Amino acid sequence: MLLLTRASKRAIRSEVNAVETVKRKFTAAELQQYKKRSMFGEVWRNYKKSPSAMIGLVVLVIIIVVAIVAQFIYDYDTDIVQQNIKERFQTPSAEHPFGTDQYGRDVLTRVLYGAKYSLAVGIVSVAISCVLGSSLGLIAGYYGGFTENLILRVCEVFAGIPSVLLGIAIMSAFGQSIVVLMFAIGLVYVPMFARTARAAVLPVRDQEYIEAARVSGVGDLKIIFGHVLPNAMSPIIVQVTMGVANGILTASSLSFLGLGVPVPAPEWGAMLSGGREFIRDYGYLTLFPGLAIMITVLVFNLMGDGLRDALDPKLKQ
Amino acid sequence: MSEKAIEKQKDLILDVKNLNVRFETDDGIVRAVNGLDLEIERGHAIGLVGETGAGKTTTALALLRLVPDPPGVVECEKLELDGRDVLGMGIKELEKVRGKDISMIFQDPMTALNPVFTVGDQIAESIFLHEDVSYVEAQKRAVAMLELVGIPGERAGEYPHQFSGGMKQRVVIAIALACHPQLLIADEPTTALDVTIQAQVLDLMKNLRQQYQTSLIMITHDLGIVAEICDEVAVMYAGNIVEKGTLEDVFNRTKHPYTEGLFNSLPNIRDRKAMLTPIKGLMPDPTSLPEGCPFSPRCPYAGEDCTAPQVVRNISATHFVRCCAYDRPGFHIERKER
Amino acid sequence: MFRYIIKRILMMIPVLLGVSFVVYYLMDLAPGDIIAQMAPQDATPEQIEMMREELGMNGSVFERYFRYLGKLVQGDLGTSLSQKRPVMELFLERFPVTVELAFGSILVAILISVPLGIAAATHHRTWLDGTSMVTAMLGVSMPSFWLGLLLIMLFALKLGWLPSGGREGFAALILPALTLGANQAGSLTRITRSSMLDVIRQDYLRTARAKGVSEKQVIRKHALKNALIPIITVFGSTLGGAFGGAIMIETVFSWPGVGRLTVRAINDRDMTLATGCIIMFTMFMTLTILLVDIAYAFVDPRIKARYSK
Repeated sequence: MLLLTRASKRAIRSEVNAVETVKRKFTAAELQQYKKRSMFGEVWRNYKKSPSAMIGLVVLVIIIVVAIVAQFIYDYDTDIVQQNIKERFQTPSAEHPFGTDQYGRDVLTRVLYGAKYSLAVGIVSVAISCVLGSSLGLIAGYYGGFTENLILRVCEVFAGIPSVLLGIAIMSAFGQSIVVLMFAIGLVYVPMFARTARAAVLPVRDQEYIEAARVSGVGDLKIIFGHVLPNAMSPIIVQVTMGVANGILTASSLSFLGLGVPVPAPEWGAMLSGGREFIRDYGYLTLFPGLAIMITVLVFNLMGDGLRDALDPKLKQ
Repeated sequence: MSEKAIEKQKDLILDVKNLNVRFETDDGIVRAVNGLDLEIERGHAIGLVGETGAGKTTTALALLRLVPDPPGVVECEKLELDGRDVLGMGIKELEKVRGKDISMIFQDPMTALNPVFTVGDQIAESIFLHEDVSYVEAQKRAVAMLELVGIPGERAGEYPHQFSGGMKQRVVIAIALACHPQLLIADEPTTALDVTIQAQVLDLMKNLRQQYQTSLIMITHDLGIVAEICDEVAVMYAGNIVEKGTLEDVFNRTKHPYTEGLFNSLPNIRDRKAMLTPIKGLMPDPTSLPEGCPFSPRCPYAGEDCTAPQVVRNISATHFVRCCAYDRPGFHIERKER
Repeated sequence: MFRYIIKRILMMIPVLLGVSFVVYYLMDLAPGDIIAQMAPQDATPEQIEMMREELGMNGSVFERYFRYLGKLVQGDLGTSLSQKRPVMELFLERFPVTVELAFGSILVAILISVPLGIAAATHHRTWLDGTSMVTAMLGVSMPSFWLGLLLIMLFALKLGWLPSGGREGFAALILPALTLGANQAGSLTRITRSSMLDVIRQDYLRTARAKGVSEKQVIRKHALKNALIPIITVFGSTLGGAFGGAIMIETVFSWPGVGRLTVRAINDRDMTLATGCIIMFTMFMTLTILLVDIAYAFVDPRIKARYSK
């Protein structure tokens, strides 16, 4: 957050500089940078206006801090997975605020430690699908014709299979591990990004400045990344936050089915699955991991909403 | 004769006293209408003229009590329609008045019709609501109404997207006149239409008005339309009427500097080389109106007295102006000769 | 209109072929050789190879896929190893059960989201709007299987009002449909609200009010019909979401549909059954969505007009 305010200050300063040096000729890169910074400041100003979006951001920072700190204060072997049958099924108390599970492990500790799985899977998988999907979408939108058709059809194939089923298929093909899970979910959301990026490119594709760049011999790649991509940024950014939310949900679903992060790792979906057997007598075992999933997903959804409004104030109201 | 006695003699269809409308938004309070008085005699047609943002449409909506609330707040001393107090009416009574005694034609026919109902149904709805008839009968009358505005009756079963702009405006007029209202408010009914279609629609309105003896408020910024259709003119500026009189009064014996500015800014067809003389400056920000006369910052005759609250001055029995400059001895405006 | 339907069906075929290939290929990669599982312990490599040939499991993955596809067209998906029955038979038995849950949940979703979305829009920026949006946001963010477990805890275990699983009578449908429906309702409420907010600002509502239509009728008759159009438009994808979500919900509630069958097949390493289920499920789902799309194109005059041009 500190970083952001500093950036917005920089944006203001750069605006001032720009005014002072109007007469100097700008290079294209400088102009681009100026535009980017001022846009960033503007978005941040709009974003700050939404209390729910700010709550989302603050809670996300807290979750990230917790996930990192938990790695240092807990030992995986002794605190997280070691069984302690004597203390099994202790209902929430001062000593164990979330109780203990069927193996006598402290649920709170496991929930806190487990934050890293959901965050890592959500973020890495979305990074994968964002890079892959957006590139495909940009290429499809920019080149059009057969390339576009082919990419769209392939995306349709992957979007046609329900995400959990596609996840199941990939997980059973490549075996159960956190890396495979990241790739599986990354793949599941590729079509979403491809479509978003393509839709954003379409209105730009035939603009005259693109034509002008092409005529003056600028390479395709340079045009795509220099001129087309910036136009697709806003919807992609929103899609990223929403995608993390969906990715976390899908990952926990797969873990719940026993196909995600392998036990005994304290992934929240897997914890839910483990607690499910004891739902009749020890409901708290399912309550807390689920709550953790919901809060994390909620945070990303809130931020996504806030970002969408901030990036396109016209859409608001 | 006292003023009260004169009023009693008039047969007023609409009597509005001290109408105020403001919108309370996040960006401040927008004062759209400020202390407006308006009297309309039965059978008369009055043109409400002014720039965009002068509060014409808001005034019209306030007469129907349709100003959206929130953010709109309407305050009014007196609002009588045909001698009935509209202010004191409950919502049920109001619904009986809207569309029956007073109805409105909206500016943009493209968006004024509901896309998912047939035009016949949209006309019939009004008849069915206000007249004691069956729905089948209402639909029959809707078809007749459609033919009256020059659309073949068999098109009653079609949807708005199947009609052109001019045709849609005819449908809107048919809806407004379906129950033969006593007062019709037409809010720039021809602005969104092509010039040739404009003339047709105006003719239609003129004829129908004469046929049904409807009183009319014609909201427009087109002085030509006013000259063609109206008996009286009221010029609005920043939420109030600054000058009101008969066509003769306002067009030929112009008194208010703003009205003068309006006429001066018209292109002169006899001397096309002449420069246009627009009114300098812009309409004041309705969130922070200047004190006293809102036109004073743009007024070439403005003096220190203009910051005082403005009162209405009678020029003649029919002609009023809201300008304090007439207290100055020998004041007159210098309307350009054409 | 007819051309539109034909076009949609033709466009669907390559997608379905792609789906079947992708799924077949992935499941083929899965460890757990079916032959090795079936063969007797003391079988020689030659015997295993013979069995492979007999079952059509020899050759490259492409060869095997095309053989599979040829049989699929004839309605043969092989035999389930764990259940000892034809996969197609098992699938067709279970699919209607999933459809029942999917449509039940959509009914729930619409019953929740349409009134909630409209109330939120007509009371824009009030506590009602805020509460509805928070509820919708929670609905979208909640893992459906967790909500299912919570509902089981409350209504089945604590209050004992409803069964916690199975498919005995109408009561058994309530909790699964509610769980899945709540998930769908989240996004539908948001769509309804924004669509209604958009409609509320339209001039034609002012026309209706100026006609003397009561406020209630303005909303119920004039606004609602317009606001529902985007909701009908997303019905297809909502249905897709319901089918996809059903897989999880079936597992939570032991609802004997395709989802539960698939998950069990995976757990039993019964790849023939799992492959068949995933392919058929996706195909049937795509077809159902197509049917819905075509049906609503018939209903909405404007969409009909667009395609007949």
